Amino acid sequence: MSDEAMMTGKHFMNGDEACAEGALAAGCRFFAGYPITPQSEIAERMSKRMPEVGGRFIQMEDELSSIAAVLGGSWGGSRSMTATSGPGFSLMMENIGLGMMTETPCVIANIQRGSPSTGLPTAVGQGDMMQAQWGSHGDYGVIAYAPTSPQEMFDFTVKAFNKAEQYMMPVFVMADEKIGHMRERVEIDENKVEIYPRRKPEVDPDEFKPYEPDEDLVPHMASAGEGYRVHVTGLTHNQQGYPQLDVETQQEKVGRLVDKVEKNKDDIVEIETIGIEDAEVLIVSYGMAFRTAMGAYKRAREKGIKAGIVRLVTVWPFPDDRIKEFSKQVKGIVVPEINLGQMVREVERATAGNAEVKLVPHPGGGLHEPDQILESLEALL
Amino acid sequence: MSTEIEKEKATEKWPTDKGYIYIREDYCKGCGYCIEFCPQEVLEESAGFNEKGYHPPEPTAIDKCVNCGFCSIICPDFAIWDEKEGTNE
Amino acid sequence: MTTELKQKEEVKPELTSAEHPATKYLREERLPHIWCSGCGLGSAVTSLTNAYEKLEIPIDDIGVVSGIGCSGRAAGYFETDSYHTTHGRAIPFATGLKLSNPEMNVTVFSGDGDLFAIGGNHFIHAARRNLDMTVICVNNYNFGMTGGQFGPTTPRGATATTSPYGNYENPFNLPDLAASAGAVYVARWTSVHARRIQQAMEDALSKKGFSFVEILSPCPTGYGRKNDLGEGIDELKSYQNRAVIKHESDPSEAEIERDPEAEIVVGNFVDIDRPTYCEVADDYLQSQ
Repeated sequence: MSDEAMMTGKHFMNGDEACAEGALAAGCRFFAGYPITPQSEIAERMSKRMPEVGGRFIQMEDELSSIAAVLGGSWGGSRSMTATSGPGFSLMMENIGLGMMTETPCVIANIQRGSPSTGLPTAVGQGDMMQAQWGSHGDYGVIAYAPTSPQEMFDFTVKAFNKAEQYMMPVFVMADEKIGHMRERVEIDENKVEIYPRRKPEVDPDEFKPYEPDEDLVPHMASAGEGYRVHVTGLTHNQQGYPQLDVETQQEKVGRLVDKVEKNKDDIVEIETIGIEDAEVLIVSYGMAFRTAMGAYKRAREKGIKAGIVRLVTVWPFPDDRIKEFSKQVKGIVVPEINLGQMVREVERATAGNAEVKLVPHPGGGLHEPDQILESLEALL
Repeated sequence: MSTEIEKEKATEKWPTDKGYIYIREDYCKGCGYCIEFCPQEVLEESAGFNEKGYHPPEPTAIDKCVNCGFCSIICPDFAIWDEKEGTNE
Repeated sequence: MTTELKQKEEVKPELTSAEHPATKYLREERLPHIWCSGCGLGSAVTSLTNAYEKLEIPIDDIGVVSGIGCSGRAAGYFETDSYHTTHGRAIPFATGLKLSNPEMNVTVFSGDGDLFAIGGNHFIHAARRNLDMTVICVNNYNFGMTGGQFGPTTPRGATATTSPYGNYENPFNLPDLAASAGAVYVARWTSVHARRIQQAMEDALSKKGFSFVEILSPCPTGYGRKNDLGEGIDELKSYQNRAVIKHESDPSEAEIERDPEAEIVVGNFVDIDRPTYCEVADDYLQSQ
């Protein structure tokens, strides 16, 4: 393929491959994963490309160990990632919590399929959206991207690595089978790939506290072997990183895990709006469902319906303020998603009764017909 | 080996280290390992209590200590260790 | 600290090592540790720090990884880069650490429940791959931290809080498991063999590849008193009587019985050479 970490130029590749290339372009040099449909092409691409760029690929014995190895890889000093699909995502949950608690930068790509359980291994689904936020036990902020094309699989994986380093936490790329297997043009331009460097300690080891946050509520990270002799634990810990099991420390630590995302929402949240200026009805969508929603939007406009779209680039943290603002100007909002109602709950919550909110569900295994979404829009008028 | 040589070996005096023992009483949990497994029987349980309520060891036969270090390695609580103070001729 | 020292005289100015040899490698501000009186974990820690010192491994090159449980707390006491991970996942975490930073000397220090119940799959796969790390298992035959439930190494017939009628499951024989999974160094000692443990740890740390040291440890609180073994010191004395050193013997014959008189085979079972995961991977990839 190429021994260049960044395969610049125009390529025809599928979303999984683009995700792997995005990771490599963002400096990922450690990948641990376990085969699962429809993610396997990411691992396959990584197994081929990692040796070419001097990184390390390992196929672990399961997803439990894959995510654990990724956390170890990150503390070892490498930008690290894993990729999986629903069942594997479920298995990773405990160590995703460890990654959140220990503030370990890494990226987890979930190429969602029809669910629950083994579900529809080779077909599309968006059933893991709530799990991305609430899957591991306890409170913590989450950053999750929802790409809609192979190009975005590349771009958003780069973004995910940068946000992981900027906020020192695992970041999700919540794609799905359709995006993963869709083959489109992917343009890789090194001038467009920016890399957020690791937040290294700025003081001597004697003064360094691994969990002392900066003003943005994010601490610095000393990798293994750098002489900082850090202690990292999933137990509630103080700024020194030592276990301290009391309410005050729990409040400071867990409160900060939530706040570092919540209070930096302006920097993290990304949405795209289309036709919003004069919109009377709105579609809120993300991921693969957004592509269908675009079809519905175009048909609605052709019919003279003043429709608009809010597309979630980041699904987590949820853009409450923006949705609330839009809800005041429209009669209703439809939320098409390839599940039986997940992000729609967030839309309802943010809307706070300002507008009627209607789910356009799909159980998974296929996509909505644009007309289904269109009919829901019309029903709101 | 002939019996005579064996006998000579057994009775030969080798110079040994003279040890000095440190005890950190507040770490001691009174397991008694150092007392039981000291090959020179240097230690005994003290009569007093530490703040945890255990009886730490005390070196009652320090002259026999040969600085072998076994107390420091068998102690589960990092509470006792030795150091070479000199040599027994 | 001087004031807390008890000795025959004042601290002598010519004597300089007024601290326990292990403390050079430990976070002293976190001591005393949380482990019970008579627990074997502390002496296993000292054996390990002594081994680090003997081998002159720079402290900044050492990474200690633990899982969960009493033994899982060990990582928190090492003043090295130290990682206290989730239950059962110390070995995969250590795998990532080592592959990402091959210069690190990675030691996994954990317990029998963590490594062989919830983490058993990772153990056999790391051994199969021959990842270059040392795994130290302090085996106390039960889940101590959670109150003394039976585990994958509890001898048949032994009483635990979840085996009130006696354990009817077959335990793992850890040296046999490690050897058959592909470990290149396998040793077992009991807590009373403190020097042998240190030597085994030196050998294991020096060994390239997946090395394994099992330490049979007393757990008077969780296991001993439910099984009429007395205090920790009684358990150690019984190890002194029961242990039979059989170097290079067949590990499949190293089963542990509950019978407090039954022989326990200890020693170095395996010491072989086999290319490590990274060596094989790099050679193979370069030849392609």
